[in-house]
Amino acid sequence: MSDINQNIFERYNFDRSRLMDVLWDFQRRDNYISSDNIKDIALCLKLSVNDVKETLSFYHFFLDKPFGKHHIYLSNTVIAKMNGYDEVRQALENETGCRFNGVDKTQAFGLADANCIGLSDQEPAMMVDEVVFTQLTPDKVKNIIEKLKQGKTAEEIANPKRYASNTLDYVHAIVDSNIRTASRVLFKPERNYKKILNTLITATKPEDVIETLIESNLKGRGGAGFPTGLKWKLGREAQGKDKYIICNADEGEPGTFKDRVLLTESPKDVLLGMIAAAYAIGSNYGIIYLRAEYWYLKAFLQQQIQDFRDNGLLGKQILATAFSFDVRIQMGAGSYVCGDETALIESCEGKRGTPRVKPPYPIQQGYLGMPTSVNNVETLACASRIIEENSAWYNQLGTPESTGTRLLSISGDCSQMGIYEIEWGTSLNSVLNMAGAVNANYVQISGPAGDSLSVEKESERVFCYSDLSCNGSLMIFDHTRDILNIVSDYAAFFVEESCGICVPCRAGGVELKNKMHRIIDGKATQLDIDEIKQWSKLIKGTSRCGLGTAMPNPILATLEKFSDIYFEKIMVQKGPLLASFNREEAMSAHELAYDNLVHKGEE
Amino acid sequence: MTKCNKNEIFSHELPTTPIDPETQAKRDAKIQVAMIGFCGCWGCTLSFLDMDEALIALLDKVNITRSSITDTKRIPGRMALGFIEGGIANSENIAVLEEYRENCDVLISVGACAIWGGVPAMRNVIPLEECFREAYIDSETAVPDAKKTIPFHEDIPTITTKVMPLHEVVKIDYFIPGCPPDGATILKVLDDLINGREFDLPSAMNRYD
Amino acid sequence: MVKIIIDGKEVNAEIGDNVLEAAAKNNVFIPSLCYVKGESVKGESVKGENCLGTCRTCSVKVNGNIMAACTIAVCEGMNIEVNEPEVTDMRKALVELLFSEGNHNCPSCEKSGRCELQATGYEVDMMVSRFPYRFTPRQVDHSSKFIWLERDRCIFCQRCVELVRDKATDQKIFSIRGRGTNARIEIDKALADNMPAEQVRAASDLCPVGCIIDKSQGFDVPIGRRKFEIETIKERALKGSIDD
Repeated sequence: MSDINQNIFERYNFDRSRLMDVLWDFQRRDNYISSDNIKDIALCLKLSVNDVKETLSFYHFFLDKPFGKHHIYLSNTVIAKMNGYDEVRQALENETGCRFNGVDKTQAFGLADANCIGLSDQEPAMMVDEVVFTQLTPDKVKNIIEKLKQGKTAEEIANPKRYASNTLDYVHAIVDSNIRTASRVLFKPERNYKKILNTLITATKPEDVIETLIESNLKGRGGAGFPTGLKWKLGREAQGKDKYIICNADEGEPGTFKDRVLLTESPKDVLLGMIAAAYAIGSNYGIIYLRAEYWYLKAFLQQQIQDFRDNGLLGKQILATAFSFDVRIQMGAGSYVCGDETALIESCEGKRGTPRVKPPYPIQQGYLGMPTSVNNVETLACASRIIEENSAWYNQLGTPESTGTRLLSISGDCSQMGIYEIEWGTSLNSVLNMAGAVNANYVQISGPAGDSLSVEKESERVFCYSDLSCNGSLMIFDHTRDILNIVSDYAAFFVEESCGICVPCRAGGVELKNKMHRIIDGKATQLDIDEIKQWSKLIKGTSRCGLGTAMPNPILATLEKFSDIYFEKIMVQKGPLLASFNREEAMSAHELAYDNLVHKGEE
Repeated sequence: MTKCNKNEIFSHELPTTPIDPETQAKRDAKIQVAMIGFCGCWGCTLSFLDMDEALIALLDKVNITRSSITDTKRIPGRMALGFIEGGIANSENIAVLEEYRENCDVLISVGACAIWGGVPAMRNVIPLEECFREAYIDSETAVPDAKKTIPFHEDIPTITTKVMPLHEVVKIDYFIPGCPPDGATILKVLDDLINGREFDLPSAMNRYD
Repeated sequence: MVKIIIDGKEVNAEIGDNVLEAAAKNNVFIPSLCYVKGESVKGESVKGENCLGTCRTCSVKVNGNIMAACTIAVCEGMNIEVNEPEVTDMRKALVELLFSEGNHNCPSCEKSGRCELQATGYEVDMMVSRFPYRFTPRQVDHSSKFIWLERDRCIFCQRCVELVRDKATDQKIFSIRGRGTNARIEIDKALADNMPAEQVRAASDLCPVGCIIDKSQGFDVPIGRRKFEIETIKERALKGSIDD
């Protein structure tokens, strides 16, 4: 093992479950992970080279080949495409001299696409090395690339006032928080964390904490909506040498950015929630799984953890009690499916983000086979407020079945993109008015995995777990937007993000994507529509995890609610040849081959 | 493309030996069947013949018009059944398949090539241009000093970009898998269909090789 | 023992069995392509442990919900529908999806006649795939001494990844590379070249298709006498069942 690598392995105790961190450390040191380093990693972590490559090759941002000095990833969401993405993309290629998915001649730049990076309220946006640039225009791109060529770092350009990276000023210099509503439950300023924690740990029994959460009827805010109190109760009852709290800060669902803002504006609420969860279930270890696209929050979050440690609120014997709990940050590396709790746990263990077969469920056997409570960022923040106040206070907000408030991250065709805190029970109409939506036609809630709504028909529907159960993402599209293209984009997104482990999702996703192309090309018939419905049932019914189950949603929902846009595209077969048979495509390659092989040879 | 001397006569335009009316009437009274092989090895047609003496009883009911084993060059009229082996690999295949779909009540894809492309479809994983280059330009047996060229002429069919199964070009009614399917398997299907029974292929007779 | 219902008939099932095994013991066939019954390649006796849950072809309805039979442990009163039309067609569709996703040229494949995918195709009465045949180019890997990795045929079941291990180090010999539609199986040449002949043969037999090919075994059994021609995959699965 080379000496220069020694410190990386020592940092993680030569623990193979920390492979993700090891890979990041190598990549950030050397700009990519060389095959020599892969051999060293295998040797030192007692893995095979193929084991290391197995994990490395799963994640979008891990590089095993040089990708330029500066790594540029342009977010390609449907929202970006509504706000000048094409011009920005062209400008990037022009200014860097680099084509997408390649490196320029001088090896200064590597350009690639990225799926939603959590900045839908300020797109077009791109990641450059460890920072992001938002609200891009071709001029801004020109400016940034010029400065990079002059030798400035991306961080210097994004943060000209040179705020230290562990400060809120640094984060605010890079991204806007765009909170549009006054605080109801969340974003409460100036909380006395020590006091709250003191009451929690010294004056409340863990069982009572669980009881409070159960009474509050708080449900998971990540999208699944599992009752939090029940999860912690099961966690407490579960048997295991160690127990774990994992904060799911992967926020990969396109159009969701509320956790980004919570972690920016109220990170200690989240930490407090984790401590409460740990205290309730009997855990001493916590992990915040932070998506790589939020790297610019890492140092700041690390500081929040350190602040708590310095104040005796995290670490051994918190507030001089027997209760010990500490938290580390686990970075993701670009994989939407790692938002699934079992895939996330696999990633925390240094493996590919392949969702596990359930049962067993994580609360029984999760991280390292131990009882693990995986909770969303917002859920933990809400929990921190509930234990500060009480369950009755929480119950008077929202509806009896959906208590409290939830954050919405709104983007698209509206005058005020950003974060909205609404009480459950608010109607879609009210939300659209709040956001300043004009001429809204189609709304996608909970991202591509969620539901597609017709404003005309469904504006009176209400946000609650039994009606519009939303994970936070809300994208508004007016009448000028091409719904078929948006749905096709979502289909391509799922194909790209599929982990590939199960047949219906891996293979079926491609079929749905191809069907959308066929429809858009005007070569689809009623049979294609029928097949979409049947094949969607197959994928929904037999997939191994939520990605597969959700994959057909946008097509099915828009087929039902915006059927006209589909049926005006479909054709009736004329003559014996199938409508889907593309004669031009079938007949074009021979002549082209002749031109290339013979004609060009003659010249 | 090079021009050619258009002094052509098609084989189906040549005069044929007249058939006596009684024989013709007997033939017309039977179930009309057409067969054809596209891009395949014609093994399925040979396998059809493997039903041996059962063919005699079959021919009591069925009149085979155009096929690889009769001398009929064109479908003479409406057919009840079209028995097709081979996949689609060129423009002429497409044109003839269109004609078969228009003139046959029922079309059957027989054998691997018709059903999913078969051996010819092994070229589908390689771009067509590369296939031409390998076969003609860089070929071991190309004439050393000759000008390098590939076949491309108005008098020969255009090769399709990919070899296609029949059912991705026209609607196909039934499929008999095999490479080739057994004579007995082909007989079972034809016998059921011509006697008005439903298509029924027991899994013991279903083979992909 | 617990009482469960399979296709309307009340039967007994052993506690700890999964639905796939319980059905087989009661003479009800559920196809599967990734499940490995009985002793694992590692040599440990397993009971319902070798559930990989990747192929999904064992999907059945359990209390009205579609689930992979190998992933569900039986419990008292469970209502299982196997031959229900909707889920039966789903199993068939998954097999068809595999045939169009890969390049499955049965006529030229060494595994034909003892291939689980092929035999399952026959069992579900597949004639042709309802999905477009894709013809995706896939790289073959014949670099190791004894194994020809014919990736055209890989169905990505993960049996080889999970169950074939180097005897000395317990390391994986087969591993995964890439993600989603770009995922493929990689072989560790150094470890593969150290495999004893029996292990090579066992790996080739473990692979449900003709992807892991033992270079020393070609077309060695005449047509008509091959594994699934002597006994269908269904007959093999139901051997030792209650009605046997």
